[in-house]
Amino acid sequence: MAEVEETLKRIQSQKGVQGIIIANSEGIPIKTTLDNSSTVQYAALIHQLVMKARSTIRDMDPQNDLTFLRVRSKKNEIMIAPDKDYFLIVIQNPSD
Amino acid sequence: MAVHFVLEGSLVYQDSDDSRSLKDKKGPPEENTADDTKAESDEETKPQASPAEDGGDVEDACKEDRPDSAASKADEKGPKLTNKFNFSERASQTLNNPLREKSCQTEPPPRSIFSAMANQWEIYDAYHKELQKQEKNKEKQKAPCSKKDDDKSKKKDMWLETLSDDVITNLSKATKIIERMVNQNTFDDIAQDFKYFEDESDKFRDEEGTLLPLWKFQHDKAKKLSVTALCWNSKYQDMFAVGMGSYDFSNQGHGMVAFYTLKNPSYPEYIYATNSSVLCLDIHEQHSFLVAVGFYDGCVAVYNLKETGAEPVYKSTAKTGKHTDPVWQVCWQNDDMDNNHNFYSVSSDGRVVSWTLVKNELVYTDIIRLSVVSDGPEGAQPHSFTCGTSFDFHKQIDYLFLVGTEEGKIHKCSKTYSSQFLETYDAHSMAVDAVKWNHYHPNVFISCSSDMTVRLWDHTINTPLFTFDLNAAVGDVAWSPYSSTVFAAVTTNGRVHVFDLSINKYEAVCQQVVVAKKNKLTHIRFNPIHPIIILGDDRGYVTSLKLSPNLRKQPKLKKGQELPKGPEVEVAKMEKLLSLLREPEQSSI
Repeated sequence: MAEVEETLKRIQSQKGVQGIIIANSEGIPIKTTLDNSSTVQYAALIHQLVMKARSTIRDMDPQNDLTFLRVRSKKNEIMIAPDKDYFLIVIQNPSD
Repeated sequence: MAVHFVLEGSLVYQDSDDSRSLKDKKGPPEENTADDTKAESDEETKPQASPAEDGGDVEDACKEDRPDSAASKADEKGPKLTNKFNFSERASQTLNNPLREKSCQTEPPPRSIFSAMANQWEIYDAYHKELQKQEKNKEKQKAPCSKKDDDKSKKKDMWLETLSDDVITNLSKATKIIERMVNQNTFDDIAQDFKYFEDESDKFRDEEGTLLPLWKFQHDKAKKLSVTALCWNSKYQDMFAVGMGSYDFSNQGHGMVAFYTLKNPSYPEYIYATNSSVLCLDIHEQHSFLVAVGFYDGCVAVYNLKETGAEPVYKSTAKTGKHTDPVWQVCWQNDDMDNNHNFYSVSSDGRVVSWTLVKNELVYTDIIRLSVVSDGPEGAQPHSFTCGTSFDFHKQIDYLFLVGTEEGKIHKCSKTYSSQFLETYDAHSMAVDAVKWNHYHPNVFISCSSDMTVRLWDHTINTPLFTFDLNAAVGDVAWSPYSSTVFAAVTTNGRVHVFDLSINKYEAVCQQVVVAKKNKLTHIRFNPIHPIIILGDDRGYVTSLKLSPNLRKQPKLKKGQELPKGPEVEVAKMEKLLSLLREPEQSSI
């Protein structure tokens, strides 16, 4: 567990990282470095996106699974790493 | 007086007044004696019942009713009989109980709305889980259960454990992926360069190449240590191991082994802290989780990356034959006949030792002792040993290897002869820092030393083929894996020299200062597949550089010819070079 904590700290200290959110499989945030309202919004919206993306991949081939998802927008980049029970969201502004 | 039984009779005494009145009333014909008796009995009961009656109204009513029937009877019987039947209808109404409605309602069961989609993958997952459950059940059945209670508690514990383990492992994997992604973004331009940048200006520079700096790897805890060993992982070719310690005799402290991957330049994947400086390391070719490490205090250790824990799985101690002086080089060998892993180490105490991993132990075998060949009187036993500082095993011939010593000699040895060297070369005037066989040509090897030279040899000839003077102590030299004529050397003034003998036999194709002049470069390695090299320096930094196209030239071909690939081409290239050398010798002789 300590390794995970350390890794999260390192990610947070990387250049341009705005926030990290850990949410469970239902889209409820468990841990976050952003403020409450944005966290809840991000978690709920991204949860839907991840479910859709995952469903797409697995429908094509049930033995396949989603490893990660990157959504790049004009202002920043949202990186999502889903897993069985949790998913990790990191928002980074790479040009900082 | 106690009354036990009362029965009211219905008999009337014949001669009594009562009976006479009855007879008068009746006046019956004697035919209907049956009816009469009935009527009599009824009449008799009636007058008895009449005083018990409530109202006389009822009596009258009955008598009125009855006269009809009596009349009908009278027609048959004669005189009209007054009916003594008292038909009384009695009714009484009980109190109607007030109706009260009483009901009770239970608490409704908790409900939740459930909706799901039966996708192909959901069905697949469900089948998969079933399969796993079945397999687990089979295993449990196979394992004999001693106590049921224990089993139950064990099952509970296992369930809890697997739940939390899953959570932890899931998160750790996701965090690793995310860290790599974030790093990819941060170092995006470097990653693009690594993959796609080819220096166009190389077309115009015929015999020169450049090195493009890529990532720089460093670790906070290793700032005071110098890089003492580098090794690429043969299975995961973006991963390399760095051994850190100190070359300074007077300033010995702890050491470190760190594993980096190009995908995450900001933090090592694995770190092991050691008590003594690490001087060399080697990653096993097939089992890339086994790492052999040699230390300054003479120990050798084997780490298993798959195991969690900071301690090595095998370590040599004073009892198990550890070296008495620093171990300068370790090298994994092919598994021996019992399929045990084994590796060799060379050290300043003059021994080349073979270590075999047998179950939980490290078993050592002295292969050879580097004895000093003295010119003294015959029969005098040489009892001093020189310090071995580097060695290398032949790529094709398994038993052949070279050892470089502190005196500057290189000995060609065989694993099977433990007392004598096959050959000795007077290579350098100072300690031989590195000796390396060519990857393609079976006869050629290269050596470098602190006497500022790099020399190329053919092991059948006692004198060097080429000598290059680099103006500064040469720390390390390495052949390139893609060409038999390209090699690179690093010097203590922070320069990298890349030579390509098929292009230029006398000068380096590339001479570049890569790190600040204060930093001395200590080691260099070529990546097996990517066109990059990594350099270690004495400040604990590992720098990666990309080789420009000129440094990676394949032999030019005439148009129409297929591009021949494979080691034969490289061997031919080298042979051509060597033949050029031999011809002038022959011609001079």
